[in-house]
Amino acid sequence: MATKVTTPKPAELAESIKLIPPKTEWMDTPTEIKPGTFCWGAKGKNLGIVEFPNARDWNPSEEDWKLPENWQEIFLKGMKDLLGKYRSFQVFMDICVRCGACADKCHFFIGSGDPKNMPVLRAELLRSVYRNDFTTAGKLLGKLAGGRKLTIDVLKEIWYYLYQCTECRRCSLFCPYGIDTAEITMMGRELMNLLGLNTDWISGPVANCYMKGNHLGLEPHAIMNSIEGMIDDIETITGIRVNPSFNRKGAEILFVTPSGDLFADPGTFTCMGYLMLFHELGIDYTWSTYASEGGNFGFFTSNEMAKRLNSKIYAEAKRLGVKYIIGGECGHMWRVLTQYMDTWNGPADFLDVPVSPITGTRFENAKSTKMIHVTEFTADLIKNGKLKLDPSRNNDLIVTYHDSCNTARGMGLLEEPRYILRNVVNNFHEMPDNTIREQTFCCGSGTGLNASENMELRMRGGLPRANAVKFVKEKHGVNMLANICAIDRATLSASMDYWVPGVRVTGVHELVANALIMKGEKERETNLRGDPLPGKEGN
Amino acid sequence: MSLENLLSEKRSAILSRWYDTILETYPAETAVYLRSQENRFANPVGHSITHGIEAIFDDLMRGLDVERVSPFLDTIIRIRAVQDMTPSQAVSFIFSLKKVIREEIALDAQGDFPWQDLLALESAIDVLAVLSFDIFVKCREKLYDLKANEMRKMTFRLLQRVNTVGDEKEGSPEFATGDIDNDKQKEVPQ
Amino acid sequence: MKIVFPFFAVIALVLLAFAGVKVANLQFLFGVIIPYVAAATFIIGFVIRVLKWGRSPVPFSIPTTAGQQKSLPWIKQNKLDNPSGTMGVIGRMALEVLFFRSLFRNTKTELHEGPRLAYGSEKFLWLAGLAFHWSFLIIFVRHFRFFMGQVPAAIQMIEGVDSFFQIGAPLLYMTDVVLLAAVSYLIFRRLAMPLIKYISLPADYFPLFLIFGLGASGVIMRYFAKVHIVGVKQLVMGLISFSPVIPEGIGVVFYIHLFLLSILLIYFPMSKLMHMGGVFLSPTRNMPNNSREVRHINPWNYPVHVHTYEEYENDFRDKMKKAGLPVEKE
Repeated sequence: MATKVTTPKPAELAESIKLIPPKTEWMDTPTEIKPGTFCWGAKGKNLGIVEFPNARDWNPSEEDWKLPENWQEIFLKGMKDLLGKYRSFQVFMDICVRCGACADKCHFFIGSGDPKNMPVLRAELLRSVYRNDFTTAGKLLGKLAGGRKLTIDVLKEIWYYLYQCTECRRCSLFCPYGIDTAEITMMGRELMNLLGLNTDWISGPVANCYMKGNHLGLEPHAIMNSIEGMIDDIETITGIRVNPSFNRKGAEILFVTPSGDLFADPGTFTCMGYLMLFHELGIDYTWSTYASEGGNFGFFTSNEMAKRLNSKIYAEAKRLGVKYIIGGECGHMWRVLTQYMDTWNGPADFLDVPVSPITGTRFENAKSTKMIHVTEFTADLIKNGKLKLDPSRNNDLIVTYHDSCNTARGMGLLEEPRYILRNVVNNFHEMPDNTIREQTFCCGSGTGLNASENMELRMRGGLPRANAVKFVKEKHGVNMLANICAIDRATLSASMDYWVPGVRVTGVHELVANALIMKGEKERETNLRGDPLPGKEGN
Repeated sequence: MSLENLLSEKRSAILSRWYDTILETYPAETAVYLRSQENRFANPVGHSITHGIEAIFDDLMRGLDVERVSPFLDTIIRIRAVQDMTPSQAVSFIFSLKKVIREEIALDAQGDFPWQDLLALESAIDVLAVLSFDIFVKCREKLYDLKANEMRKMTFRLLQRVNTVGDEKEGSPEFATGDIDNDKQKEVPQ
Repeated sequence: MKIVFPFFAVIALVLLAFAGVKVANLQFLFGVIIPYVAAATFIIGFVIRVLKWGRSPVPFSIPTTAGQQKSLPWIKQNKLDNPSGTMGVIGRMALEVLFFRSLFRNTKTELHEGPRLAYGSEKFLWLAGLAFHWSFLIIFVRHFRFFMGQVPAAIQMIEGVDSFFQIGAPLLYMTDVVLLAAVSYLIFRRLAMPLIKYISLPADYFPLFLIFGLGASGVIMRYFAKVHIVGVKQLVMGLISFSPVIPEGIGVVFYIHLFLLSILLIYFPMSKLMHMGGVFLSPTRNMPNNSREVRHINPWNYPVHVHTYEEYENDFRDKMKKAGLPVEKE
């Protein structure tokens, strides 16, 4: 018996493939959780290691999220708690006038076109619940006052969009009241963690970092081993064998950097850069295997978890008896170090105000945290003429610079890396003004969104940045994108590969080390990546 | 009147209708933003589409050159390949050009209309469609590639290192496997 | 629904005042009781709201930095956009509150294409917002002539400037025109721009319609259906001296005006209009970026469970020793 096949008419076919945009109000438009956009759910085991509530395996794409029975109560009680603890949250819930200034400032909105990715609407998802349960008008008038009951669909929608925000704060810059979506996302994610709704990509590294000191879960010997590999490579390139120390008591300086740079290219080249620079200066510093993580994925779960992970840095500085701390190139690490660390785990009264052992410069701006950014340290060295540099070794590179969201909008570290770049490369071109410095576009993969399963989302979010890189590539022939963030180094590599093939990604200190003329080095044939230096291509 | 003249006469009308049909695949609110925001850095999607379709249309007029037109198709499709679209949705915008051209110049044509030329043009548009499909698949392959590669890139050094260490030292295999949790190294977060 | 409802709500309020005064003769209710209730609600509500905000502490120093930080002495700090001290913060807040600096940022255009201005609409938002708030303030100040026996020179000066063009009789105040135009634009953009329409709630339309009604009734009273101005002053003076009187023959438009104002005052503390107070309390704007220099204290900071070095060494001692790492305990 033959099955009757009906061929659709062309017009019908055209209709069926047309993406029908929502004509309904946003509150009445259901959210579908689409593959490529979300990260896998957390494993119960990892949440259990750090004693999180409601730890269990779960899968966002399944209907049943295995929530505890009283999940609404937990969520709303948690919200009440946070409203009482954070003025930012309370005020930001109350004063938004929905002027729309932020609407098109988000890289995820620009790249996806999904209206719920407008910062104002992302916040309204949570704000509607706030109005319904915490304001008189909302309790009385409900939807008319913009309120919305916390149903399971609402919860899923909030979760979905909380994990499509990288807390980059670009929207906050344009808001007339300084409403910061990062703050709202942080609160939202903290609430989700009360229900065990974390992602695997965040909870795994958190558990690792808690137990082993770094996100990758590198055990002490593995860290040393990895760095030994770099030492070998440095020796091959320069003829010099650098000899860093680990967990050494009595060193003057503790150096902490994101563990991503210990293993993944191109971060490893940046790490080699640090090793070479510190060796050349001959400074008395040590690495730690216990505090072997500058980054803080705990920051993407809850305030308490972030504090727990961060505590290791000061604890280790105290145990080793160092005078102060230098931090490597990383984005959210520096937001945490600048705006949170001292408050959480300070005062660091057992440390001294950082003073450069080479130039004698006293870093007054870090006199309380006692921790300076490596680009502040290096910029000072260059300004005082303490480094012998040959920028022509980077002549094959035409460089542009990407500001990390966190160092730009959570710190204001804008000129230091640029000053270094201008001294170590000869070809440097800025991207357009509305895409750099405080207006910088996110890489699209921050706040623990740099997994693989959500690659489509990452590429959407990365489009505005990549688009600006493409512009300078076409205009100036840019082939290298410099930055000071470990997540950037990993994720922009993928983003460039997709959007702007031919542009590679580097840390600033890789370029420093390429240009750095070290005492007693042999004539270099290649740069740190093993590519022949300009003029040595024939060898 | 030759087809070429008809088309160049209606160029801007065709382009703007074509653009509109493409924007219809986005939510209405977004479509307006895509249309109105003219800064190419604040609106890369809208910019890529407007410039892409102009170049594609002009190339069709000059006689299709696959080499020349591919980059422009690529910029549009590369974006659609990562947005929430099925393959058919992602490449359907090419077919809508046929419809737009028919409606703009052919529907109320009277007398001697260069039907032959129109058919030839439509065949050229079919070539674009096939090409688009190739590009779409290439973009998707690239995405899967990235997913796989990122993992490989992250573990490459580890493996390389472990292998050399294994050669040199005795009793090092534990570096490779570590204990239960060291398989986490496959999931490098940064 | 979300547009129609607030629109008719305002119409209903106007009709209510009209009927109350014209038909039911409730001058005392609309001229004395409701204004008193409104003023009390406003003051108490405002204070309660601000106290509520104030009760939530600011646990972390989270300014949004919009310029170069203070670091090395030879790098020029952007003291207004990334202040590290109190003066800088005052400057930043002043620019924010008086000139809407963050909104203005929107208007920066670079490399735009085509003949049109790239960020046109956003510039209009800034301009309309500024025009609306400033003219509202000036009109508010001008009204002080009704609250004082002697009209102070400062207010006379403002009136003089405001009616600089000497058009019509009574002289046309520029701010009246600007206010109504700006409110109209703000309503228009919510209706005409799909993205903005999409995010708008009834709570966004209601105050706009209400303020339009308030402004329009004021304009009608001054230029068209004139009211008994001496009577108005008598009534207002009576209200503020707590010996209320209802003079005869003031005219119903005044009662409508006063009623809409009363509704605005009552509505204010429970609505987004509180951004007036909230902007001063926004931690991303009112804090200096000096948290590496001066320790910020979190009042609810509490000890947490950490994984200590000792525990770490216990987990890995053998491996550490084997790798040649120093350990605390052999």
